[in-house]
Amino acid sequence: MSRPDGIEKREFDGRQRLSTRGAAVYGEPVEEGWRAWDPHRSKLGAMFEAGMALELPDEPTVLYLGAASGTTVSHVADFSGPTYAVEFAPRPVRDLVGVAEDRENLFPLLKDARKPESYAHVVERDVDAVVQDVATRGQADVALRNRPFLREDGRLLAAIKARSEDVTREPEAVFSDVRERLETGYEILETERLEPYHEDHLAVVARPRI
Amino acid sequence: MTDGTNGTAAAEAGWFDGLDPGDADAAREAIVTGETDEPRGWPTLAVETGRVDSTDEYYEWLRTATIETARAEVADRERSDDKQLVHAVRAMDDTERVANELAERVTEWGGSLGLEDGSGTTYARRLAEHDPEDVVEERVVSLAARVVGLADEAASLRAFIERTTPTVAPNLAALAGPVLAARLIALAGGLGELAKKPSGTLQVLGAEDALFAHLRGHAPSPKHGIIYTHEYVRGTRSEDRGSAARALAGKLTIAARVDHYAGDRRPELDAELDERIATIRAREES
Repeated sequence: MSRPDGIEKREFDGRQRLSTRGAAVYGEPVEEGWRAWDPHRSKLGAMFEAGMALELPDEPTVLYLGAASGTTVSHVADFSGPTYAVEFAPRPVRDLVGVAEDRENLFPLLKDARKPESYAHVVERDVDAVVQDVATRGQADVALRNRPFLREDGRLLAAIKARSEDVTREPEAVFSDVRERLETGYEILETERLEPYHEDHLAVVARPRI
Repeated sequence: MTDGTNGTAAAEAGWFDGLDPGDADAAREAIVTGETDEPRGWPTLAVETGRVDSTDEYYEWLRTATIETARAEVADRERSDDKQLVHAVRAMDDTERVANELAERVTEWGGSLGLEDGSGTTYARRLAEHDPEDVVEERVVSLAARVVGLADEAASLRAFIERTTPTVAPNLAALAGPVLAARLIALAGGLGELAKKPSGTLQVLGAEDALFAHLRGHAPSPKHGIIYTHEYVRGTRSEDRGSAARALAGKLTIAARVDHYAGDRRPELDAELDERIATIRAREES
């Protein structure tokens, strides 16, 4: 498994933990400038922790969908190049702006990830990764609509939340539908359930089908 | 979507098209309203078209522009009157709940000292007037004074809500009463959010636990959520309560939509609701 430069396993309180280097955001432990990255609070963190092959280059250009208040996106911006953070709800964007003020490469956008045409005039094409963590119905469609931002061999790193699609259905049934829909535009490279870090979430690594 | 300043040409261009770095207002307008079908290599294009000298300079400009825009947009949307109402309702509920909890504590403590008797905030109010005779009584009386303060704050918040809701949502406030109207707006997260919900959702707002239990298949569907507090639901006999809740929710949904999208007061809504409820209640006699 390869991790991009800028993410390290370091010891915090006697435990090896993922960490990135940057300004602290949510009261996480910091040692020598390295911030502990909690996989329980971050689905992308859990994907790294689970040893998935995320295949990111050093300093990737990233489009992050569902940035919320910036907990995970702060870590992403720590090891990435230009990082576009899309979030739909105003309240969390207030915090996200604070996170962006401490980082030179983070661009907050109060936009709807289901409507990429509303930010395609700002977000550049050929990004290395689209990271997706949106709690909305139609998560596969969000990924498909945002595919034009990805470079040819770029990566979609998505956390699919079963309960956002349909609270009443079995997560496995939801995941199989989402997989099928995703495959109309992506080649799925790896999937992994995110237990014990996140319940009923399926992590997906995929690349655009050409 | 196009806007007056940038026109259709901008629809195919980047947010920075035709802008001078430093013109923050124009940048915000372009970021907020702009649209394009396909993303392009904006950093390189900005350099090629001479907007900036280097991609580093472009990213610096982009960063300032996106941060300024996000901050201003958030401020606009959060400062709106309906969002303030949401805070006020939640604050009122919190202060009432805490006042009641602390009043119980005061009752228990005051009772152990044999100070007066009674219960709730009324008791706290009497106890707050008491002249403490020792350090223990001092503490109880002081705590009672906090309860009074919280209860007064809750009352002020309620008065604020009663005054404000009719200006934010005149029809919804008229049909539901200002406090219930504000609660519905709070449960939905805003007036716009409420206006977008189907009436069946409004009907069960506040009964989420029961609704999810039903969706998982081990409970009947809830007939009503917070709208139960409305006289038209609570005051209708239980056999017809589902109909009453459905009728009320239907009219409240229309009211929320009129308030959000049009904003004018339509008294005919009140009349239609009254009539519909009267019909439902008339079933009892037949």
